[in-house]
Amino acid sequence: MSMAIVQQTYIVESRELLRDMESALLRLEKAPQDAEAITAVFRAAHTIKGSSGAVNFDAIVAFTHAMEGVLEQIRSGRIAIDGKLIAMLLACGDHVSALLDCLAADDRNAAFARIRGKGENLLKDLGARLPAPPLPAVAPREAEVEVERIGSATVASGDWHISLRFGRNLLKNGLDPLSFIRYLATLGKISQVTTVFDAMPDAAVMDPESCYLGMELDFNGAVTKDTIEDVFEYLREDCAIRILPPHSRISDYVDLINALPEDKVRLGELLVKSGALTRRELDAGLRIQAEGAKRKLGEILVGQGAVQDELVTAALEKQDLAKKNRAIESSFMRVRADKLDELITLVGELVIASAGTALAAQRASDGDTIEAASTMAQMVEEVRDRALKLRMVPIGETFTRFTRLARDLGGELGKQIELALTGTETELDKSMVEKIADPLLHLVRNAIDHGIEPAGLRRERGKPAAGRLQLNAYHDSGSIVIEVSDDGGGLDRKRILERAVERGMIAAGHTPGDEEIHRLIMQSGFSTARTLSNISGRGVGMDVVRRNIESLRGTLSIDSAEGQGTTFTMRLPLTLAIIEGFLVGVDRSSYVVPLEMVVECLELSAEDRARISESGYINLRGEVLPLLRLREVFEVQGEPGRRENIVVVNYAGRRAGFVVDTLLGEFQTVIKPLGRLFERLSGISGSTILGNGEVALILDAPALVQRAVGAEAARRFSKSEEPL
Amino acid sequence: MAITLETTSGRCRAIVRGNMTIYEAAADKPVLLDALAKPGDVEIDLSAVSEMDTAGLQLLILAERESLKAGKRLSIVGHSESSLDVLDRYNLVSYFGDPVVITRPERRKSSRRSRR
Repeated sequence: MSMAIVQQTYIVESRELLRDMESALLRLEKAPQDAEAITAVFRAAHTIKGSSGAVNFDAIVAFTHAMEGVLEQIRSGRIAIDGKLIAMLLACGDHVSALLDCLAADDRNAAFARIRGKGENLLKDLGARLPAPPLPAVAPREAEVEVERIGSATVASGDWHISLRFGRNLLKNGLDPLSFIRYLATLGKISQVTTVFDAMPDAAVMDPESCYLGMELDFNGAVTKDTIEDVFEYLREDCAIRILPPHSRISDYVDLINALPEDKVRLGELLVKSGALTRRELDAGLRIQAEGAKRKLGEILVGQGAVQDELVTAALEKQDLAKKNRAIESSFMRVRADKLDELITLVGELVIASAGTALAAQRASDGDTIEAASTMAQMVEEVRDRALKLRMVPIGETFTRFTRLARDLGGELGKQIELALTGTETELDKSMVEKIADPLLHLVRNAIDHGIEPAGLRRERGKPAAGRLQLNAYHDSGSIVIEVSDDGGGLDRKRILERAVERGMIAAGHTPGDEEIHRLIMQSGFSTARTLSNISGRGVGMDVVRRNIESLRGTLSIDSAEGQGTTFTMRLPLTLAIIEGFLVGVDRSSYVVPLEMVVECLELSAEDRARISESGYINLRGEVLPLLRLREVFEVQGEPGRRENIVVVNYAGRRAGFVVDTLLGEFQTVIKPLGRLFERLSGISGSTILGNGEVALILDAPALVQRAVGAEAARRFSKSEEPL
Repeated sequence: MAITLETTSGRCRAIVRGNMTIYEAAADKPVLLDALAKPGDVEIDLSAVSEMDTAGLQLLILAERESLKAGKRLSIVGHSESSLDVLDRYNLVSYFGDPVVITRPERRKSSRRSRR
């Protein structure tokens, strides 16, 4: 694994942790006593710190360390949680995220420099929350050091002494003592280092990937024992760590020497040489040990017991955590997105190839081959479904992000927002998730800014003071439907009309239907906001949302009741890669209609055929079915065949019939995007390759249905006006 | 990436190129021991080392110890910046007893300042 990949994983994981932390913080805001949430926040900060240390990213280590200090106080109940504290911690999370961004930036140093001031302010805020002593990261070097000192005979040295014996598997576990030493060096001054490698076996049996080293460090810095322990937190599991505070009792050093695996005399010399002990102190210590074992033993044992207790619990906690992590690891696997994309592309080709085989088998009219081909086609279909499912993710994660947004925006606008998330387990393609984030963001902002009224107005209208915003998702015939609904004022019809007339978009005196009103607000540059807020209202919103959604082969519809609220409904295909299609022929070309939109097929009867050229619709079981002749839409030359057929297509509750020459049947198809040259072609959303190698165009059914329905409405409109 | 051995006039030169980390350690160890098994003194050239970690350092310690056992002279030359940093952190420059180009106190200070 190269460093780049490690770093990539680190960034991805850290971002996930930050998201966890954020949602835990938001939970805390509502329920400050939620111990689980406190622990979740703490754990997230702690894990980020640890992994940042492992990839040598000191800036984040130092920052999360400071956060952890405050979180620890919260956890132990010494600091009470209030809104300000949560806001600060949220800001801290954002800062860590910004630091991660810096890692990915082209010019890291410049990126760091830009956010440095912010980080320092946050560190100051964090420090202000802590009871004395101040945080080591911002504390002056000479600050008082907290040491418990019992007993009389202490050593003169004012340095901490840290004794480390690294575990054999440390390096194999991806940890390097160096990064911890480097980090320690940022907290103070490492005055003396002695490396011992007595544990290294003979060359023949020495495993180059095991760690045989140990260190005796003398460290000078205004820190607490906890801080130093924290530095080596990640080593605790596999390492023997002994920390002696400045001016420790001589007997502690003696214990240390006794506890270490190396030769006692050599260690004594080593400590003297490193300046931790003076010669006199060492001699005194050895003497005490020899004569006063009785006197000291109890005391030492008690002392040791306490230390060990703490260490044991910590170790157990860590093991628990490690076990849990392993359990999660075994049920999940991280796969690079592009690998999945490659797989999907290949499966797409497989689908085409399989269709080709089926066609060839049919032509050869050999029963066995046909059967084999159809079995294979079935399997391929299954493989395709499974492959697509691999990329499916629940939409819940996307929704959850808005919790923070709703909170922040609400705060900024002085509105109380209650966000309800439903249907969070609804799945959709990962690539779609990324693409809907922006439109969704716009809609949520709009709802909070324009939709939900200020608390005062809400009370006047007899609504609860807190505005309710609901995000909902569900599957509906091959599409995913996402709804953003608020219980606000609804679209202000009058205001929209005024503005539209003002801008010359409609004629004065004309009273458009709801549909038209909804279309109006999706025009570019349209805004009814009286004042521009920095959140929305610049009139670049809705048309961008609409275009974004349309580019994903989706639609956006609005349902609004004045005074009661608005619901925006996004309807999107589940995936962008493969669709089940229904193949139709016009003259010699083939077209694909997305199968899930096809309701039924009928033959165009002779009498209807005579009529439709004029009326443009047929009577389908008592209902008007507007028709669209694909022959005309695509300007296909030549005369229609003896028979024509109608494919009835349903999209978002509207029906239209496409008139085609032949019905060729169901067909799975891989969507190939059109070249840039054809991007603006209306009525066509993509192309695909048939089993026989020919190209078929995929119809943009939503647009065509819209066109048919629109044309039909216009015809009726002009007819009704004629008599006047 | 790898260590190449050059034998000239009774001494063996081991030139380490690229990384000297845990990922290379398993492959590097036999090569270094091989160099020590050849007759004559050994010189390890670290000038082309781009990254070194604790595993890489351990191999140097192993080599030094083996050379002492065999009564040979092992010299380490041309410390690259990253390899020197590692030796420095472990305070082992004097253990190997080789002259290094940049003196320690200066380097320490400058490296600390750059981290701030």
